[in-house]
Amino acid sequence: MASGVKPRVKVPKKAAAGETITIKTLISHKMESGQRKDDDGNVIPRSIINRFTADFNGENVIDVTLEPAISTNPYFQFEAIVPETGEFTFTWYDDDGDVYTESKSITVS
Amino acid sequence: MKIAPWIAIAAFGFAGAAVAQDDNTLNVEGETLLTETAAPAHMDSVDTIYSGWRFRSSETQALQTDDFDNPGMIFVDTAIEQWDKVDGSEGKACSSCHEDVADFAGLRTKLPRVDNGELVTMENLINECRTDRMGAEAWKWSKGKMTAMTALIGLQSRGMAMDVATEGEAAPFWEKGKELYYTRVGQLDMACSNCHEDNYGVMIRADHLSQGQINGFPTYRLKNAKLNSIHGRFKGCMKNIRATPFAEGGDEFKALELYLASRGQGLSVETPSVRN
Repeated sequence: MASGVKPRVKVPKKAAAGETITIKTLISHKMESGQRKDDDGNVIPRSIINRFTADFNGENVIDVTLEPAISTNPYFQFEAIVPETGEFTFTWYDDDGDVYTESKSITVS
Repeated sequence: MKIAPWIAIAAFGFAGAAVAQDDNTLNVEGETLLTETAAPAHMDSVDTIYSGWRFRSSETQALQTDDFDNPGMIFVDTAIEQWDKVDGSEGKACSSCHEDVADFAGLRTKLPRVDNGELVTMENLINECRTDRMGAEAWKWSKGKMTAMTALIGLQSRGMAMDVATEGEAAPFWEKGKELYYTRVGQLDMACSNCHEDNYGVMIRADHLSQGQINGFPTYRLKNAKLNSIHGRFKGCMKNIRATPFAEGGDEFKALELYLASRGQGLSVETPSVRN
């Protein structure tokens, strides 16, 4: 059970054709590594975001596997050249089966 | 790196002292914040006051210039949710009485202040609302919900100049804070002033000593990846000099908070700032 998980994405609203834009994404997540123990000495089960993908108009742009060593609130920033007006869809896959998505549209002139 | 004139004084007796500040100006979301100004008249041995932002590495500095990159904003987001959350026996949320959190613009610059003969900080005001008007339990001074809420309310004043009252009713508290600031305590027998007045800009182990300004609190620290309250930071300082810390929310720390705020008069509020 993950609480307080909230994806945040920053994509420019407009871009020129062929322009390189910077996309920033962040999801607030505990990223429990599975290595820690609670006060009673029991191992706290692993609970991380294990995969992050970004799609543009249905086409996969980036696909990342996340490992337990990644710290709280994983942040991804990458650059993209946008060929046409469309929509970015960002997806985070949680260990507990939850899937978080966020969409941002961009207008290319 | 540019050598600022003050370093000649600050580095007295410390050969090869590093210069921390550069010419950077702090732009947050298009707004320029004042990170350097003339020291208030009551400070005898300091001419210019600098925000702690000026003492950090450029990578850490950059985090604060963009609200998306600023990790403190995650906590502000949680406070925005908390703002509308009903809690306590009266069935009220913050938003039941306070229409818009933006109404608190300017509040951060005036705190701590004297109310009915008592020195109050933002934490006091929040807990007063929670216990007296919401019928809810008071939040712990430095716990997540409290620091998130003080960050959200403080954020409304971002860019405004610190301007606490030190005269009149506040004078005795201010005097007490000043005395604490200059009193040596702990096994290492150090006062706040030994580091933050006599040696700011000098390395302390791998880090630059700042002037100990509190205009950016609650501050997100990279070392513990959460927002840190002013009193929590005081506690950390006191542990470092091997003293027994005063209680968070106690009279001593509140008085010290007032005195420190007055040492930063004129600096822009940076809440929530990013430090290491």
